[in-house]
Amino acid sequence: MTIRRARPDRVQHFRPRMHCLKKLEAVVVEMQSGVKGSEQKLNVTTIPHVITGKDIIAWITNKMKSTTEESEAFGTMLVAYGYIYPLQNHRKLVMCNDSSLYRFQTPYFWPTQKWVAVDSDYAIYLAKRNIRKKGMLEPYEQAHYNHLHEWLNHKWDFIVMQATEQYKAYWIVNKPPRRTHSAMHNGLELLIDPNSDEVCNPCRDSSVLSSSVCAGSLLQKIPFDTYRRMNLFYQQAIMSSKVKSSVSLGALNKYVATYKNHDPFLAPCLPSNPWLTDNDTYWTLNMRQVEVPTKMRVERWSFSLFELLSDLRGRDDFKVFLKKEFSGENLAFWEAAEELKWGTASSMTSKAETIFKTFLAPGAPRWINIDGRTMGLTVKGLDHPHRYVLEAAQTHVFLLMKKDTFFRYLKSPVYKEIQKKALNPEPHNF
Amino acid sequence: MCDQTFVAATFGPCECCGKASPLMNIYIKTEAINYCSFCVEVMACAGLTAGESVASLKKESETLKKKLEEERGKLSDIELNQVAEKVEVLGALAIKTRRVLKGHGNKVLCMDWCKDKRRIDGKVIVWDAFTLNKEHGLNLPCTWVMACAYAPSGCAVACGGLDNKCSVFPLSLDKNENLNAKKKSVAMHTNYVSGCTFTSSDMQLLTSSGDGTCALWDVESGQLLQSFHGHTADVLSLDLAPSETGNTFVSGGSDRKSNIWDMRSGQNVQSFESHESDINCVKYYPSGDAFASASDDATCRFFDLRADREVAVYQKDSVIFGASTLDFSLSGRLLFAGYNDYTINVWDVLKGTRASILFGHENRVSRVRVSPDGTALCSASWDNTLRIWS
Repeated sequence: MTIRRARPDRVQHFRPRMHCLKKLEAVVVEMQSGVKGSEQKLNVTTIPHVITGKDIIAWITNKMKSTTEESEAFGTMLVAYGYIYPLQNHRKLVMCNDSSLYRFQTPYFWPTQKWVAVDSDYAIYLAKRNIRKKGMLEPYEQAHYNHLHEWLNHKWDFIVMQATEQYKAYWIVNKPPRRTHSAMHNGLELLIDPNSDEVCNPCRDSSVLSSSVCAGSLLQKIPFDTYRRMNLFYQQAIMSSKVKSSVSLGALNKYVATYKNHDPFLAPCLPSNPWLTDNDTYWTLNMRQVEVPTKMRVERWSFSLFELLSDLRGRDDFKVFLKKEFSGENLAFWEAAEELKWGTASSMTSKAETIFKTFLAPGAPRWINIDGRTMGLTVKGLDHPHRYVLEAAQTHVFLLMKKDTFFRYLKSPVYKEIQKKALNPEPHNF
Repeated sequence: MCDQTFVAATFGPCECCGKASPLMNIYIKTEAINYCSFCVEVMACAGLTAGESVASLKKESETLKKKLEEERGKLSDIELNQVAEKVEVLGALAIKTRRVLKGHGNKVLCMDWCKDKRRIDGKVIVWDAFTLNKEHGLNLPCTWVMACAYAPSGCAVACGGLDNKCSVFPLSLDKNENLNAKKKSVAMHTNYVSGCTFTSSDMQLLTSSGDGTCALWDVESGQLLQSFHGHTADVLSLDLAPSETGNTFVSGGSDRKSNIWDMRSGQNVQSFESHESDINCVKYYPSGDAFASASDDATCRFFDLRADREVAVYQKDSVIFGASTLDFSLSGRLLFAGYNDYTINVWDVLKGTRASILFGHENRVSRVRVSPDGTALCSASWDNTLRIWS
């Protein structure tokens, strides 16, 4: 049996995940001319066009230039999706790298044919399952079975006959074995795009659809306000400031280089990666309230203000420094503003008021020093407190801390002291 | 250290209606103005004026799109792998399965790490991954939980799925309490909930849904704080930006687009359309300046936010099946992507080559997540198990 290249497309519905299966089919079509088939004698009959697992895997390795392990995984996928079926151990759908025998499945039954499940097919399936399970069906299956039995009663003899025939003849029957990946397994698969009514019509004719044809009819029903919105977006996107690729990619590169030694996948953890050695010293050493942090942790604080603030132990250390400088109110304001931003909606007004009284009112106990314009905007906004009313002030304060206070902190005796005190644990040798 | 770009969204009185609210920066005939989101909507839905028609709007849209591509192209003077030429090559990675967590009766669709770096939340079970103990078990009325997230404080869990809702469960140490009674239903969508995540606090929840929108909710009151419209199909995944301003998030959907949103104004700030099929998962780069997306077209793509373009595509001939999930390692050098062919591919982000491939699962890999301290990778799969790799 050879697979003809020109296949009629049956019932093509809109199904995005078929993308990968189409690629897979291209590989299978190539394979059937690439892998040698032979005849296999079995009792009195011979099975034509049989291929061995070894040959398949060798062909895949050659074509994809990959390792044997990878080709085995790929081969297993082909079997799981029903393009190739095993002749001997058909319960276990894997590709074995030995002389076990396989055959190509006819394109009639390939998953991309996307057959609409017909009731009589389902009835035959249930009948077969009934035979196999000796009457012990799942409740929902039993319900469907009874319903179909009633409804398809006129063809029930045919259905039972088909079921028994298919049940008996394993390799002669071309249907993919049970437990093959079926359309039911793709949980989120929808035959029809649910948003299609708003935007476009799904293309339902059975003629072959190229993506451009489909796209053309898709655009017909887009309403004018969607275009308006798109235009607004494009205009804004064009005007938004962009950075040269060399600059931003260089920054990415720098980021990776800075963090390279801190990545447990790339550099060894000190004392040891708990998952590798089953010893959780690493975690106890890096806990939140530890008195003496590790050297790596302290080094990480110097990378950016964000790192320093997100590690709460680092934030404590920063607070100690700020106390010495008598400029703790900036950080306190920033923390309060964060609380406002992420807090519950009900506490919004009360929080805003306390913040105003503590930080912003003229003569307040912890008055922060921000420029007149920002102060004016913020105070005005506080008349109708909104979640983001402190946004401008918070950004200003944060930038201040980042550009000035942070660098002074790194040069300060507080930081240098903690650097000296920091632990450098010995790597475990197991 | 790279400078974080601050999305300068202003807040103040709208230039159209005068109300004080978060503003969207838009341009009308190259003049910058600031409107609140309500006025933008009104403007967009206003009837067609004389001389306008659907066709003319469509043509305008296409010319603008071309212009945007031109602008982007002007600044793209170098490619990622050129920049990475001087970076040393990665050594061979020896990553193996260190733990296997069995205990789910059915497919595991999603999971999340707790901040204290040990516990993972499966479909319904909270594990202590290191000692392999199960700490809590929740029974949900809905059978398909598609999204779950751990609260930053570690005290609650949010789950959502085909029941169109996202509910928050407080976790208590008392094992005899019926956790189901304390459930709080927070988000209500008109279609399934595909992704959820807490913001920096326990009090707010961000969800994405099959109805094409994302929404920000207040957990305490269940109130909708902000909704984000712009996708033309199901939104399949979302991720919050890790930067200190923490005001943006990225979402990816079935319409092949990934959008960056400003949480304050609800405005779509940037959009990228270069995938050939559904985007299954999006994730920010640790520095917050870039993100990656995994798609059914078997590729993972890397987008730079400051340069506003796609900078790398991770694909190989032998990788045919769609990628369903991805995550970065702590330094951002490695990208772990889980595929529907039961494997996890590890890509070198800078050089664009594949560093390693991890076998072990017996069914689709539905979610991979690196632990917050970067020491391990956890993968959840339809074969009912979770594996920890290190």
